Amino acid sequence: MTTPTTPATPATPTTSAPRELAIAATGLRKAYGDKTVLDGIDLAVPAGTVFSLLGPNGAGKTTAVQILTTLIGADAGELRVGGHDLASAPDAVRAAIGVTGQFSAVDNLITGEENMLLMADLHHLGRREGRRVTAELLERFDLVEAARKPASTYSGGMRRRLDIAMTLVGEPRVIFLDEPTTGLDPRSRHTMWGIIRELVAGGVTVFLTTQYLDEADELADRIAVLHGGRIVAQGTAEELKRLVPGGHVRLRFTDPVAYESAAAALRDAVRDDGALSLQIPSNGSQRELRAVLDWLDAAEVEADELTVHTPDLDDVFFALTGSTTAADSTTSDSTTSGSNAGSTAPAARTAADSTADSKETVR
Amino acid sequence: MSSSLSLTVRDSSTMLRRNLLHARRYPSLTLQLLLTPVVLLLIFVYVFGDVMSTGLGGHADRSAYIAYVVPGILMMTVGGASLGTAVSVCTDMTEGIIARFRTMAISRGSVLFGHVAGGVLQVMISVVLVIGVALAIGFRTDATPLEWLAAAGLTALVGLALTWLAVGIGLSSPNAEGASNTGLPLMVLPLLGSAFVPVDSMPGWFRWFAEYQPFSPFIETLRGLLLGDAIGKNGWLALGWAVALTVLGWMWSTSLFNRDPSSR
Ligand SMILES: Nc1ncnc2c1ncn2[C@@H]1O[C@H](COP(=O)(O)OP(=O)(O)O)[C@@H](O)[C@H]1O
Ligand SMILES: [Mg+2]
Repeated sequence: MTTPTTPATPATPTTSAPRELAIAATGLRKAYGDKTVLDGIDLAVPAGTVFSLLGPNGAGKTTAVQILTTLIGADAGELRVGGHDLASAPDAVRAAIGVTGQFSAVDNLITGEENMLLMADLHHLGRREGRRVTAELLERFDLVEAARKPASTYSGGMRRRLDIAMTLVGEPRVIFLDEPTTGLDPRSRHTMWGIIRELVAGGVTVFLTTQYLDEADELADRIAVLHGGRIVAQGTAEELKRLVPGGHVRLRFTDPVAYESAAAALRDAVRDDGALSLQIPSNGSQRELRAVLDWLDAAEVEADELTVHTPDLDDVFFALTGSTTAADSTTSDSTTSGSNAGSTAPAARTAADSTADSKETVR
Repeated sequence: MSSSLSLTVRDSSTMLRRNLLHARRYPSLTLQLLLTPVVLLLIFVYVFGDVMSTGLGGHADRSAYIAYVVPGILMMTVGGASLGTAVSVCTDMTEGIIARFRTMAISRGSVLFGHVAGGVLQVMISVVLVIGVALAIGFRTDATPLEWLAAAGLTALVGLALTWLAVGIGLSSPNAEGASNTGLPLMVLPLLGSAFVPVDSMPGWFRWFAEYQPFSPFIETLRGLLLGDAIGKNGWLALGWAVALTVLGWMWSTSLFNRDPSSR
């Protein structure tokens, strides 16, 4: 192993032990009139994982969720959710899933508690069991104080939490969340992330759609990028990041002699003579970093600064679709001031929050 | 089969509870629709009563006119209450929670059954209240308990028919205003029947319509049951119309509700 290079591994599914698929779609197609929204997409979500469908506004995320949750029909495709065929056993699918759609699905005329009890009744829980589950979920979602107030008086974040609490009443095994944080302030957004992580810890499968790359990065085991009606890339966040060039280690020198000997030792490096810095392609992994450091040691040179530059999902999205979704498309740099080399720490993108569509419309 | 029936009953009664909760929290629509027949009753009796009663022929007085007009007012009350269902179904369909119901393993028809049951209940309550007002202003009847029971049954049946139609109107209307416009005939048709004056006192072409539109046999049958007039073929006509409209409204509403929401 002489030169650390970015491995051009295609993002193929990581094949572990064959797991039961919670969601499986093959050749899913849907058109509105002559506008094709989903042009033959394939999805495979193993049980107990978080899958994120990532795409800009209008990509077809909601359409995919609506089809997979039996709300609307597909034009074509073989679809199975929770082990049941969508076309032949929609009710079995419905019994296995919980859905929190993009637009709030609470009854605004009644209170939060009444909404919860309504769900309990529809899941045929006994009176006492229904009250217990309601109390527990209201507590868990921090809605106890607001429980007796009409849902119409709730804030966006509260309504979202009530929405998810209602979804959880029947203990669904597969949960669909369509843009659960769109329109939420950054704080509610982080609360929501915590909620989603808890769900996953409980072993359910989560199908999450989002426009935010950092959100997919934070939460998802696997990510599919939806663009132009097709899945243009699919894999783990790491796999997707490897799809785009741009990951590198940057060495900066103050001593021109050290710079020259390092450049001679690391022949793969791109020179920047003016800045006395070298850029070595790297995916930022510990192994590749060590290789660079070993080379430097072997050449007996010392860099004054070492910077790891990892591409983030914004780069991926840009490379795949030719457009960015979030306002911020810079890559995250982390300077090695010790231990955080290679970390991909996604910056909190509050800019994206302000562009979020907070409209709560219903069709 | 029986388990699917019990599922339907259980989910429908849950939906009914939800609708009653709505009606209790926001009673303005119900009250507004109740007000119309009451006000009309008072106007017809106290303002036009003496003039209108001449239409009855012979030497009818105001109390005779009260008796004549009450069955029509009651049918108008039924129509008005079902108009309320059209509006509330339409508003309800714009609520996000309907999409949630559609993705849940509940009885498919329960959303509509809940609205229909709630609608019929509102019809019955409204009718009882209007009868109360009528009795207070001098309406007298010597109907037997059996005739009262039959009158209640007829009211419920007509209520069921009109409520199913109203559900269809609500489902097919783009907004609450549209629903209340489309549903207006439910409330106005009794006026164009034998509610306030006998059909034979009307001009020819209009008489034909007034005689054969469904509200006339409804009103005539109710009049017969409450006042002891001859019912004749009106009983069967009323029953036939009610059953036919129920089936029609039910089939129409169900197909509208089960339509793929994306194919609109
Ligand atoms: N009921 C509909 N009728 C016609 N076009 C629709 C309908 N619903 C969605 N679309 C169109 O389909 C495309 C995908 O929409 P959607 O699935 O909502 O995207 P996303 O959720 O990714 O923002 C959009 O161009 C939208 O305008
Ligand atoms: Mg959407």
